Amino acid sequence: MEKLAWLVPALPLVAWAVLLLVGKRLPGGGAAVGILAVAVGWVISLAILFGIIGGADAYHASTEWAPIGAGFDLPLGMTVDGLAAVMLVVVTTISLLVQLYSVSYMRGDERYTLFFANLSLFTAGMLIVVLADNLLLMLFGWEIMGVCSYFLIGHYWEDVANARAAVKAFLTTRVGDLGFMAGIFVFAWAARSFEIQRIIDGVETGEISSTTVTLGAALLFCGAIGKSGQFPLHTWLPDAMAGPTPVSALIHAATMVAAGVFLVARMYPVFEASGSVLNEIGILASITMLIAALLALVQDDIKRVLAYSTISQLAYMMAALSVGGYSAGIFHLFTHAFFKALLFLAAGAIIHTVHSNNMSEMGGLARAMPVTFVTFLVGALALTGIAPLAGFWSKDEILTDAWNAGFGGAGEAATSQTVAQIVFVTGMVTAFLTALYVGRMLWLTFGAAYRGQGHPHEADAAMLFPLVVLAVGAALAGFVGLGDNSIATWIQTESLPAHGPVPLNVGLIVATTVVALAGLAVGTALYRRGLPEHEYLERLPLLWKTLQRKYFLDDLYEQGIVRAVVGALAPATYWFDQRVIDGVVNGAGLGTRRLARGLRYVQSGQAQWYAAALFIGVIGLAVLVTQVIGS
Amino acid sequence: MPLMYPLVFAAFLFSVGVYGVLARRNAVMVLMSIELMLNAVNVNLVAFNAYLRDQLVSGQVFALFVIAVAAAEVGIGLAIVLLIFRNRETVNIDEVDLLRW
Repeated sequence: MEKLAWLVPALPLVAWAVLLLVGKRLPGGGAAVGILAVAVGWVISLAILFGIIGGADAYHASTEWAPIGAGFDLPLGMTVDGLAAVMLVVVTTISLLVQLYSVSYMRGDERYTLFFANLSLFTAGMLIVVLADNLLLMLFGWEIMGVCSYFLIGHYWEDVANARAAVKAFLTTRVGDLGFMAGIFVFAWAARSFEIQRIIDGVETGEISSTTVTLGAALLFCGAIGKSGQFPLHTWLPDAMAGPTPVSALIHAATMVAAGVFLVARMYPVFEASGSVLNEIGILASITMLIAALLALVQDDIKRVLAYSTISQLAYMMAALSVGGYSAGIFHLFTHAFFKALLFLAAGAIIHTVHSNNMSEMGGLARAMPVTFVTFLVGALALTGIAPLAGFWSKDEILTDAWNAGFGGAGEAATSQTVAQIVFVTGMVTAFLTALYVGRMLWLTFGAAYRGQGHPHEADAAMLFPLVVLAVGAALAGFVGLGDNSIATWIQTESLPAHGPVPLNVGLIVATTVVALAGLAVGTALYRRGLPEHEYLERLPLLWKTLQRKYFLDDLYEQGIVRAVVGALAPATYWFDQRVIDGVVNGAGLGTRRLARGLRYVQSGQAQWYAAALFIGVIGLAVLVTQVIGS
Repeated sequence: MPLMYPLVFAAFLFSVGVYGVLARRNAVMVLMSIELMLNAVNVNLVAFNAYLRDQLVSGQVFALFVIAVAAAEVGIGLAIVLLIFRNRETVNIDEVDLLRW
């Protein structure tokens, strides 16, 4: 079955092409094509994953795409190992459910078919990243996602703000991609190959010097920062909420933002070899999870709360990777995909009926939308980390890894103890903040009385079905991390053997549960009666202002970078393009015309002059041949 | 007979032709000068054919070819000159400069 893995990204690619070419003429706007493509991929992915669980070996197939000499060639291949299999299942499951949901959610949209085409291409891009056995192919899929995020975030481009958000997402991730590309070239130059396995071998045998590894790993991480919305490049993610809600679910749960975490996981032996980069990841992840969780506390837009929550949870995954928790990071990615997709789709169902993103116009929806409420509650509690829901197991494993690296003296990770301690402490604080903003969101949305317009009603069955499926997933996904044959065993590789199941630390379990319940309790106490007239944080004007302005980062980028680019760099390059580049091109044409204006008088029309020139030429040639060359 | 004689004769004949082509104004005279140049080449061909004792007499054959081509060329040339004279009432080629800038 693993030999068919290439079909998983290929089918959505075909679906994309079909939808673009003839989609509009197909019945139902062609939505079925995209759904069918990803459904077949889903079946294959499940078969592959069950093969891996049953103990199948990793499968690798590669072919030479284009030789470019000097010992380099451009390979084209796929690696189907446990990590890829888990990601395949996550991506296809979420994509399938999101597309099913969109059939109803996007009904009547004027760019309905295009929307499904872009969803297919987006999924294909992520699947290419997942299966790629070399960094170039990965970059290829990576950039497909970049451009698709641009299309989808700007789906309602008639509103200029949405178009701007799309451009912002595109350009911000591009900043990170630049580092990613530089990192690829560093490793390709050092290992004489783009293949991930060859690079990892080179790092492990010490063939690549540690300086190169540190430089390359830091550059690769830049790409992960951009795509996974880590500080300081996280600013695009909340703005990406401009896209339709199913897109947010897809971007935030399975594709795009997960790609950064996946990249670090895929190249993990390389990162493990460089303690300083792991420290850097740990510090940045700590900053990110904390500031994003704080921002989630003050948002009115429900999708923005979820967006900041995603940033914060991605930081958890990065933090797990930074303290040596390879399997904990991927485990959290796995569980997060379910409950975050669920939360977004449920929020979409609410927005669909309330016609507003703002929680100040919601409230009291528990009675009007019982199914949505229950599923949302499951997702929210999973996010908070309440046992036995999905988020509890993975978050606990991350915190256990951080505890062991920071205080337990396990010493397995290359991270410094101080960093691991910082990660653990911020992780605990963030767990509390997470519970707090989840409590706030739950009460503002579903508690108290309805504050908006019209009569909210339950969404239709086509939208509720994915919610219910995801709710089951969000409730049960955590159990894949338990037992002897757990997710840690599935995704182990030769370089990264599983450490066996992480022993459950009862003290930590109690601590995290208490923290989560405390957060929920505080949230309940504060927001039980609905939206207060003044937010509680307004009493701390300095903090309030800082949070309202998003730590002034947007202002900094706007004033510092955008203004410099738009004000000085863009006119300068425009001038250079118009005057110098175009000047050379136009000058070539103009110069020729000027020259011809002078030279055309040679054409006198006098045949005898031409004949004379011809004879002189012949004599000249004869002299040249006999006297100069011949002698 | 040494090869030198016909070659010098041919060179002289060719130079006369060149002078005629470059200096005469009457188009008919220019055409006749071209004939002189072609015939200078013919003399060369025949001379070298005799000098090399070529079994296939390709020099003479080529001379015949050149004569045939020259006849055709002069036929067309004279026809053009005739048409120019009918239209412009002159065969002075200084005055026929329609193809100038």
